Amino acid sequence: VLHTTRPLHTTQQSLAPVPPLPEKGGEVRHGLIPEEFFQFLYPKTGVTGPYMLGTGLLLYLLSKEIYVVNHETAAAACILTVIIYAIKKFGADVGAFADKLNEEKVAAALAMKNEAIQTLQTAIKEEEKEQWRAEGHSYLFNAKRNNIAMLLETNYRERLLTVYNEVKKRLDYQVAMQNLKRQKEQDHMIQWVEKNVVQSITPQQQKESIAKCILDLKALSKSAHAAV
Amino acid sequence: GPLSERPLMEVRLGELHTWISTCNFSPQGLLGAVHRAWSSYCAKYIHVKQGGPAGISMLLAGYCLLSYGWNYQHLSK
Repeated sequence: VLHTTRPLHTTQQSLAPVPPLPEKGGEVRHGLIPEEFFQFLYPKTGVTGPYMLGTGLLLYLLSKEIYVVNHETAAAACILTVIIYAIKKFGADVGAFADKLNEEKVAAALAMKNEAIQTLQTAIKEEEKEQWRAEGHSYLFNAKRNNIAMLLETNYRERLLTVYNEVKKRLDYQVAMQNLKRQKEQDHMIQWVEKNVVQSITPQQQKESIAKCILDLKALSKSAHAAV
Repeated sequence: GPLSERPLMEVRLGELHTWISTCNFSPQGLLGAVHRAWSSYCAKYIHVKQGGPAGISMLLAGYCLLSYGWNYQHLSK
């Protein structure tokens, strides 16, 4: 569990960033003796002091046979000559090559860092754009809500229409039934009345009515003849 | 600075006795001293951006002298 209230990296001694390496090493004269030795002897003996010291020391060692001259001395002399010649000739090139290697490493690391920074910045921009998009969600939801309300309204009205139609159909049926019944009753009554009337016309009455009709027709024809 | 904590190069000749008396001669102290000496040598001559032949040449010269000293008995026959 990381307590967010605990401060991190409060001391100066954090491991990063690492301080850069110094440009040049300590000064060394003739590749063997540090410069501090010459500076140490300078106040008392001037510039030639250490060289005199070296020569005197060398002669003392040789004369007292503290340093014995043997076959290894010749070998050492030859090896030293070759080494010094090689260093003088190829030193600068080797140095430049090593510097180039270092440069490449540093450039690769820097490129990675820049790339990481770029990706993070694009990520930040994308995030801001997403936040801006999220503000438009309210409009979207309003439109969707309106759509749904309209759908509900339409559905409700359709069902209302269906109900109305169904009820009307049932009522029409009832009305039709009543009409039919009345008509049937009417027809039946008419038929019955006609039948009875026809039945009640006896042959005697039929003859009398036909004679009356003929008389009426004659009278009419007379009046018609008279009119013409 | 205080005498007991100064490095050897900054101790004067007259104070050498007192300085040696304040030294820590236990194994850990000696090991620490060797480690410090090696670290300062490395930091000065080896861990630089543009070191020359000086860094290893001094080590090789020291090795030559040391081996000559060890084999002096055999060589002086």
